Amino acid sequence: MDEKKLAIIATKGSLDWAYPPFILASTASALGYETQIFFTFYGLQLLKKKLALEVTPLGNTGMPMPMGMDKWFPVLGMALPGMQGLMTAMMKQKMKSKGVASVDELRDLCQEAEVKLIACQMTVDLFDMDHAEFIDGVEYAGAAAFFEFAGDSDICLYI
Amino acid sequence: MAEFDTELDASGLNCPLPILRAKKTLNGMDAGQVLHIIATDPGSVKDFDAFAKQTGNELMESKEDGGKFHFLVKKV
Repeated sequence: MDEKKLAIIATKGSLDWAYPPFILASTASALGYETQIFFTFYGLQLLKKKLALEVTPLGNTGMPMPMGMDKWFPVLGMALPGMQGLMTAMMKQKMKSKGVASVDELRDLCQEAEVKLIACQMTVDLFDMDHAEFIDGVEYAGAAAFFEFAGDSDICLYI
Repeated sequence: MAEFDTELDASGLNCPLPILRAKKTLNGMDAGQVLHIIATDPGSVKDFDAFAKQTGNELMESKEDGGKFHFLVKKV
């Protein structure tokens, strides 16, 4: 069986959007894919040593809210101070109760499975970030390096 | 249920953990050995079928019993 390749670009830095790249990459590895994730812009938040990811109900009409809160407190209510923290805590609680892995855990599984994690150096410079903020094992590169791998990939996803 | 060499209880775990745990356990087993996986995630039925097809490991048995799903996977 020839080894297949999966290339992912991760551009989002919220708790909910942290899941697709790590779930797909870890699963692909288990299926024998060689996998690489290129993190750019807000996606870099997913590589921080200490993850501080949140989920926001603002502007997210598809987000199921407990106790019909979206009906009682429409858009403006969702903008109240503390609402994002509350929603994040509730989401994490819900995930734990349903046996959904934490982002940390999935990221560890990806590293264990030798998924290559590449951070966009341009974004690191843009946001004045420091390599010391990121987990070990991350490589730093640019668009050309992504195409070197993605050009040979069987599946290429932009998340 | 046929004989097996190793058992993995993935009850309560959700996608993609049952598959990832199974893969990890299989890595530590010898070719020809059989892994029995117990899961509660209904999505795991199609997932283990797809896992076997793509990795070449043989899905010998897949059944539901009392709300739990049981899979027998023979390592290729």
